[in-house]
Amino acid sequence: MSVDQATVRRIARLARIAVTDEEVPHLMGELNAMLSFVEQLDEVDVTGVEPMTSVTPMAMKKRADIVTDGGYPETVVANAPMTEDHYFLVPKVVE
Amino acid sequence: MTDLTHMTLADARDALKARTISSVELTKAHLAAMEVARPLGAYVLETPDQALAMAKASDEKIAKGDAGALEGIPLGIKDLYATKGVRTTACSNILANFVPKYESTVSSQLWRDGAVMLGKLSNDEFAMGSSNESSAFGPAVSPWTPPNWTADKAKSALAGDKKGLLVPGGSSGGSASAVAAGLCLGATATDTGGSIRQPAAFTGTAGIKPTYGRCSRWGIVAFASSLDQAGPIARTVRDTAIMLRSMAGHDPKDTTSVDRAVPDYEAAIGRSVKGMKIGIPKEYRVEGMSAEIDALWTKGADMLRAAGAEIVEISLPHTKYALPAYYIVAPAEASSNLARYDGVRYGVRVPGKDITDMYEKTRAAGFGPEVRRRIMIGTYVLSAGYYDAYYVRAQQIRTLIKQDFEKAYAAGVDAVLTPATPSPAFGIGEKSGADPVEMYLNDVFTVTVNMAGLPGLAVPAGLSAEGLPLGLQLIGRPFDEETLFSLGEVIEQAAGRTTLPTRWWA
Repeated sequence: MSVDQATVRRIARLARIAVTDEEVPHLMGELNAMLSFVEQLDEVDVTGVEPMTSVTPMAMKKRADIVTDGGYPETVVANAPMTEDHYFLVPKVVE
Repeated sequence: MTDLTHMTLADARDALKARTISSVELTKAHLAAMEVARPLGAYVLETPDQALAMAKASDEKIAKGDAGALEGIPLGIKDLYATKGVRTTACSNILANFVPKYESTVSSQLWRDGAVMLGKLSNDEFAMGSSNESSAFGPAVSPWTPPNWTADKAKSALAGDKKGLLVPGGSSGGSASAVAAGLCLGATATDTGGSIRQPAAFTGTAGIKPTYGRCSRWGIVAFASSLDQAGPIARTVRDTAIMLRSMAGHDPKDTTSVDRAVPDYEAAIGRSVKGMKIGIPKEYRVEGMSAEIDALWTKGADMLRAAGAEIVEISLPHTKYALPAYYIVAPAEASSNLARYDGVRYGVRVPGKDITDMYEKTRAAGFGPEVRRRIMIGTYVLSAGYYDAYYVRAQQIRTLIKQDFEKAYAAGVDAVLTPATPSPAFGIGEKSGADPVEMYLNDVFTVTVNMAGLPGLAVPAGLSAEGLPLGLQLIGRPFDEETLFSLGEVIEQAAGRTTLPTRWWA
C-alpha cells in the first residue's frame, strides 16, 4: 500500500500537524518508504495468533477508588503557556 | 594521582567509602571535565550548584557512616527523565521551557541512594533516532575519533559543522558520549528499540535494557509505552549492575512495573557460567553483515566456551519481521502518547485563528522532522480501515517473536548471544538521506528484545580493524538480568577493558 498527496494531508490533519505545500511531496516519499519496508509483514501467516496486549503476563493492577493526590492547582498549571485563576486558557471553541 | 574522571563507578564507590577521596573532589573533577567538553554536546544542561550541594551532603553522610549504595557518585541523567525544578525537554523544542514539578521514580531512587546529579544529557528528540542527530540542541558527538583522523582535524571539525565526526549512537547518545568521555561515572538512559545498547556498543561502554516492568516508567517522557524501559550506561558490566539495583523496583505509580524483589545484581559478577547453555541464533547472520562483526561474534562465543559454557545453534525464525513490526507498533504508540503536546497544559504554544489552527501550528513548529514523520505513520496505521491490516497484524507478529524466544528458553537455553549492531559507529551526516529506513537498520539486532520484553546487555568486546569499538549483545530470560551480568563480565574480562579515548577535545 502507498499513500498519495491527499492522504498525506488527511493524516497531517488527523495528527494535528500543519504541513506546507512544499512539505507534502517530501513527506509522501518518506511515508511510502516506511510503508514499503513494512510490506514484508504480509508474508507471515498469522492465522489464529493472538495479538500481543501485554508483554509480561500479569494481571492488571487496580487501586482503591479514592483520592490520593492533588490539592495544588498552582503546581498543575505552572508550566502552562496561558492560564487564569488556575484554568488553562485556549482560543474560543463555542460561539 | 589517578584521574578521578576515569575511575570505574565501583572503584570510586570503594574509594569514597575508604575516604581516600571525597565526593566534592570527585564532583569538581567531573564539572571541570564537562566544561572543557562542552563542544561534544553530551550535556544539554549542567547543574553544578546542585551537584556540589549533593556532593557535600554525601560527604557528611559518609563521615557519619550513613552512606547509601551510590553515595557521592556523580551521574548524568538523560533529558527524558523528569527532574524536579530542573528543565526537562526530551531534546524537543516543544518542551523547550518545561520545568517539572516532580521527579521521575527512577532518578528519585538514585538520589535516595546518595547519587549526585551533574546535569541533563542529550538524546534524539523524544528518543526517536539512532545517532543523536535529531536532538533539538544539535548532535552529540562521540569522543572516539574517525579512523585515521588526527586530534587537530577532529578538533577543527568539532569547532565547525561536526560533519564526519562519529555519532555516539542513539537515542541515548549523550549518555554514551558522557560515559566514554569521562564526563560522569554512569548515566541513565532509556531503550525502546536499542537506545541503550546501540550507543553503548558504538562508544565502548556497557549498557543494559532490563526486562519490561523491571524499572518504573513514571516520570520518564513516553515514546512507545509497551516497549520503553529505563536502564544504565556505564564503563563496566559491574558498574551497570550497581546502578540497576538502585534504578529497579516496584512503583505503584506505574501499573506495568512488576512487584518483584530486586536482587543484588553485583553479586552475579564473577559467578561461574560453567554448564550454561548459550544460544547462537542463525537468523542473526543477516545479509550484508561485515566479516568483522561475524568474527567478533564467533570470538565472543569462544570466550564463553572457554569459561565452561556450552554453545548451541538455535533458530528464532521471526527475527527478520521484528524491525518492520516495530515500525508499526512504536509509531502507533508514539502518535497516541505525543497527542498530549498541544500547547495547552505545558510546553510551547504557537497562536492560531482557532483552537485547531493553534494545535496544528504548535505541533508543526514544536516537533522536528523525525518526530513528525513517526507521528504521521502512527496516525495512518491506527486510522479507520488500516488498524487491522497494520496494527493488529504487527501485534500478532510480536506474539510470534516472543514465542520464538520462549521455545529456545524452554529447550534449556540460558541466554542468547548476538552482535549488538551491524557495524561500528558511522559519521555525523552520513545517514541522513531521503530513506529513513537506512537509519532504522541500526536496530536490527536490538529491537527483537523490546518486542519480546526481554533483558538485553551490550558489552564492549573489542575494536574493529580501524580502531572503533564493537559490542556484543546478551539476551536473557525475563527477569534474569543476573545471568547476563555473569556472562557479560566473562566477555569483558576475556576481551580486555576497552581503553577510552584521550581528551583530544581539550
